[in-house]
Amino acid sequence: MQIIISNSSKEPIYEQITNQIKSSILAGELEEGTAIPSMRKLAKDLQISVITTKRAYEELEKAGFIYSIVGKGSFVAEQNLELMKEKKLKVIEEQLNSVITNSREIGLSLNELQDLLKILYEE
Amino acid sequence: MENVVELNNVSKSFKGFSIDHMDLQVKKGFVTGFIGANGAGKSTTIKMMMNLLRPDNGEVKILGLDYETHEKAIKERIGFVYDGNVFFEGLNLKDIKRIVAPAYKSWDHSLFAQYVEQFELPLNKPIKTFSKGMQMKVSLAIALSHHAELIIMDEPTAGLDPIFRRELLDLLQELMVDGERTIFFSTHITTDLDRIADYIAFIQNGELIFNQSIHEVAENYALVKGGMELLDRDTEKSFVHVHRAPTGFEALTDNISAVKNTFGNEVIIERASLEDIMYYVKGGKNVV
Repeated sequence: MQIIISNSSKEPIYEQITNQIKSSILAGELEEGTAIPSMRKLAKDLQISVITTKRAYEELEKAGFIYSIVGKGSFVAEQNLELMKEKKLKVIEEQLNSVITNSREIGLSLNELQDLLKILYEE
Repeated sequence: MENVVELNNVSKSFKGFSIDHMDLQVKKGFVTGFIGANGAGKSTTIKMMMNLLRPDNGEVKILGLDYETHEKAIKERIGFVYDGNVFFEGLNLKDIKRIVAPAYKSWDHSLFAQYVEQFELPLNKPIKTFSKGMQMKVSLAIALSHHAELIIMDEPTAGLDPIFRRELLDLLQELMVDGERTIFFSTHITTDLDRIADYIAFIQNGELIFNQSIHEVAENYALVKGGMELLDRDTEKSFVHVHRAPTGFEALTDNISAVKNTFGNEVIIERASLEDIMYYVKGGKNVV
């Protein structure tokens, strides 16, 4: 499991961990039932405090991405990927709608907007 | 969560300095960093934890036991590490081992040999020829060889070079993996704590200002920067201390949400380092 922590990021370290594990799960790199390192082992590997990985795991558990069994460790929970993608898609639609509204306000054409999106997406 | 150290309503006074009614808990399985300026009471507090000083009032409990009836049992289970030499300086490590090992029921000879090798400590040289870092390694090796559950360290990184400091932090982190050990660690090199501390206890003039998880500290304390015109008697209430300069102010708050309510987007809110917190809580230097 690869996790890269940036100390200069504004995002708190526990959030960096939760976000990276979430994306690995959503991308299918971490499959259902896979054991993930214990929070103490992960803290040592990342050279950060235990309470930080503890918080990250607690958030992941709350959001249903992992589950823990006392004495055995933490595992990737079963994900309804279809449902999650659908939910994300809805969010993206809403965000795009506000982009369109903003673009119309300043008279940005569809072509210009597409160009802008293309540049940003490929960055 | 289980507390390994409990100071309940502890007081101790000396001429010109006192600790009044201090309550301090240290949680099992975590690293607690103990910070404060020189003379704030760190060493006095640690000495009371070690029973090197008796409090005038209040109760000290270590691993759930009190020193009056369980001194030996407590000492078996704790290790004390600091950077100075606690042994007769003409002795070598072999002699020290011969003296110290029988004092502990749970002394582990092979573990001691392993740490001596890992720390590259010479067995036959007198302790007085050891550097500060090596002397610290000796006390650490002894603490680890009797399987101390609670390791109390007084300024262990003071006077160490950055490479050895890092090695020490690596080692401490390794010790925390099984979750059975607790480390209580006084320092004023606050950057050491950014990496390994789970909780921060901050003492000032003999008074415990806070004992919070690093997340709570980050959620409560912040540096706030903005233009002087924003300051007045009311808006200043959300600050612990304000530093004024012709270019604007910088202040420490312990209530981030109040600052957001008062100033909205007109100020910059930044993460406060432990050093910022120590400096501003002390009163800082007020440049007008």
